[in-house]
Amino acid sequence: MRRAFTRGFEDFINVPEKSEQAAVRHMKKHIEFLLNGSRVAVDADARIPLLYVLRDQLGLTGTRFGCGTERCGACMVLVEGKPEYSCAREVGSVAGKAIRTIEGLSGNGAPHPLQDAFVEEQAGQCGYCLPGILMSSLALLEKNLSPKRDEIQRALDPHLCRCGVHNRVVRAVQKAATAMRAARE
Amino acid sequence: MSNNDLSPSLIKNPLISQWVSFETPGSVRVGSGKVEIGQGILTAFLQIAAEELDVNVDQIQLVSGHTAISPDEGTTSGSYSISVGGAALRLVCAETRELFVSKFAEINGCAIEDVIVEGGKFSSRGRFAGEDYWTLSPLVALDRKVTGMALTKRPSSYRVVGRSLPRTDLQEKLAGKGLIHDLAPQGCKHARVLHQPWWDAQLADLDEARLRKAVAGAFDIIRDVNFVAFVADTEFVVVQALQAARSLAVWHGGRQLAPDIGQSDWLKAQHQEETVTDTAGSEAACSGAGDAIKMVFYRPFLTYASIGPSCGLAQFTEGRLTVWSHTQSPMPLRNWVADLLDLDRSTVTVVHVPGAGAYGHNTADDAAFEAALIAVRLKGPVVKVIWSREDEFTCAPLSAAMRVELTATLNGDGRPSDWTTEIWSPPHAQRPGMNGNANLLSHYALSSAPKRNPVKDTPLQAAGGATRNAIPIYDFYKHRLVHHMLPDIPLRTSSLRSLGAWFNVYAIESFVDELAGRAGVDPVDFRLSMLSDPRAKAVVARVAELSRWFDRHDLPSGSALGLGFARYKYKAAYCAVVTELELDQDVRLKHIWCVADPGLVINPDGVRNQLEGGIIQGASFTLREKIKFDRGKVATEHWDDYPVLRFSDIPEIEIDIISSANDPAVGVGEVALGPVAASISNAVARALGVRVNTAPINRDNILFAVNSQ
Repeated sequence: MRRAFTRGFEDFINVPEKSEQAAVRHMKKHIEFLLNGSRVAVDADARIPLLYVLRDQLGLTGTRFGCGTERCGACMVLVEGKPEYSCAREVGSVAGKAIRTIEGLSGNGAPHPLQDAFVEEQAGQCGYCLPGILMSSLALLEKNLSPKRDEIQRALDPHLCRCGVHNRVVRAVQKAATAMRAARE
Repeated sequence: MSNNDLSPSLIKNPLISQWVSFETPGSVRVGSGKVEIGQGILTAFLQIAAEELDVNVDQIQLVSGHTAISPDEGTTSGSYSISVGGAALRLVCAETRELFVSKFAEINGCAIEDVIVEGGKFSSRGRFAGEDYWTLSPLVALDRKVTGMALTKRPSSYRVVGRSLPRTDLQEKLAGKGLIHDLAPQGCKHARVLHQPWWDAQLADLDEARLRKAVAGAFDIIRDVNFVAFVADTEFVVVQALQAARSLAVWHGGRQLAPDIGQSDWLKAQHQEETVTDTAGSEAACSGAGDAIKMVFYRPFLTYASIGPSCGLAQFTEGRLTVWSHTQSPMPLRNWVADLLDLDRSTVTVVHVPGAGAYGHNTADDAAFEAALIAVRLKGPVVKVIWSREDEFTCAPLSAAMRVELTATLNGDGRPSDWTTEIWSPPHAQRPGMNGNANLLSHYALSSAPKRNPVKDTPLQAAGGATRNAIPIYDFYKHRLVHHMLPDIPLRTSSLRSLGAWFNVYAIESFVDELAGRAGVDPVDFRLSMLSDPRAKAVVARVAELSRWFDRHDLPSGSALGLGFARYKYKAAYCAVVTELELDQDVRLKHIWCVADPGLVINPDGVRNQLEGGIIQGASFTLREKIKFDRGKVATEHWDDYPVLRFSDIPEIEIDIISSANDPAVGVGEVALGPVAASISNAVARALGVRVNTAPINRDNILFAVNSQ
């Protein structure tokens, strides 16, 4: 049933959707996954993007919305250790998988070597893109502890930074790699 | 140093207590109306205040952009935060210290010259210790006018200023915290607003049944004529509602945009208001001049393209409205929100919370106004509005397209004479309140939508908008500036980092290189021969040295160096940039050298960070960026339509700061954009042998320039 809008302020308060189609859409699923090392369970429409489940349902707001179309990297998280955009990734598709977000970077409260290195290099201005960049950097260092400048750049190409701290970020990732190599020896 | 010229911030907020107070033992409250927009300004302010008060940095509680308690310093823009906001803090803190020192000397009967303040504690020749700002505070009334007569410290005695103090906000940001987007109080309502696709568009149809069918979840709709907002308890519901509404809405009437809007010839054909300014020289000196040389330059509309779409929160309870915003203009926003919502200004508070970087007038104020509008309707809950990525491109203020025509003749001595700069451009500043217009987008969708007042551009006396840096810095015999301001463009054209300077410097410095070529003189030598300001000469000479300008015989074919130079706003920082690039299918940046002289440096690494950021953003404007139009509206909706430089595009950048501590401190956020643009244009011209006078310098425009030869 359509309703015509009239002039002036008018509120349309929740009109419950009765159609069968809508009922399917509203159907929530019980979805479990591993989040920053802990098991979590959410009741959510399986097609909701992971980003909104993280931010809105689980209160982890460090993963950010940037574009909703997997073009800017602000929403990057690790799924099974690989960087994945969360803004269009259906939450149903991560059931049973291990997710890591910026909130899980620093482990037991102490900053991660990446966070220390970003501070040392003062690699940041507004900070909006940093959580996503840190997650991709982490994935890179987990497979390559001696990345060259161009390898870091390529790994971070999915991320837009408009303040222009790119070179500081690259230096910080190299510095973190050095610290992590030293810690390993 | 004493200073009788009170900064505008002190004239507006004349009481010391508006800036500094000592309510809590061990803690100094320092207020600022300038706000953090990513540039690291609060760290610099802490340093200035700690230096003049002789307290430790961690003893300062900086309250910035809170309209109930911070001073009103208008808008954080134009690189004025250090030169105006910082200067005000320096004077107020010095005066505060002087008042306390006098009181301490008076009660202890010691000489003022002997008083030492350290970490907020007072003593005299090792005696009378035990007093500090907080014990003395009841004896010193700070609700008195700032005189500006206190002696500020000599730069040679600085202990905190001049050091690279780490940013105070970075650790929090690296933990994914501290931004307005992260605020989500219990019971918060999420809202999204459908925006008119062009000015005065009338919403003819929005099929509510189809809209609700497209969205999984319940939501409310708030509507007033052409204003439509969706409100729900969960965020993704309103995200879907907006997405569906954008495709379902049918808009009629209003001022659809012409298909060729903003193109070079289109700009010249619009209704225009002309201002002519003669800035130098005499007719006599031009005698014997040769033929006139003319070049036409063009830049398209651009956008600031912050990574985070704007966000605003608001709550209306017990007759009071609180708005949380990453606005650059807390007090102007408060006043406009109050006036437009028919609330007493004293019942509205705007609290600044940092958001994604602001590089010019963005939609922060729009989102804040929308949150306020909805909060007042809903009475009670906190309302959170976030813009969609699409609307951040299509409904945000745009940076104005410009056509710049330069004409000059070379005198017998090889110098340009009779130089004319002629500019066609819509205005570059339409922030909230300018020209008496609210300039808050959704206001124009309401039944109470006002008529828009005629617009003007920022005048040359206030550093100009389209005319910013349009007067060459060089010693020409004669210079004329003709500004054709286009007042009737149905777009909210407004400030983008450096305003007209980015493209004026691109054009002027490109033209200077062309003239140097005709005169057969090296571009560095040519500039040095026409500069008499020693600080200007020093940065140009230094960047040539740093880049080994005269010594790069190793460059392969298709590679070149280019130089660009400017003094921002003719009165702020000097900046020279050399870019090395390679031309293949596209432009590949290889290395960038930058030398800047910003006078006294508060935080050297902060200055470098801002210069690097300005270089990268300026290079991105120059190589990639252009807003497209189609079907009566902005057609650029996604990052694919608006490519900005990515990590692999960024070259090594070397920066050298020439710091002259006795020159006043000025901002550096905007100084590099023009010089880097010009250095790229000049390097491309040297590598290609053809001048690309249409920005951006992408493959299409390079081919166009080559084919137009």
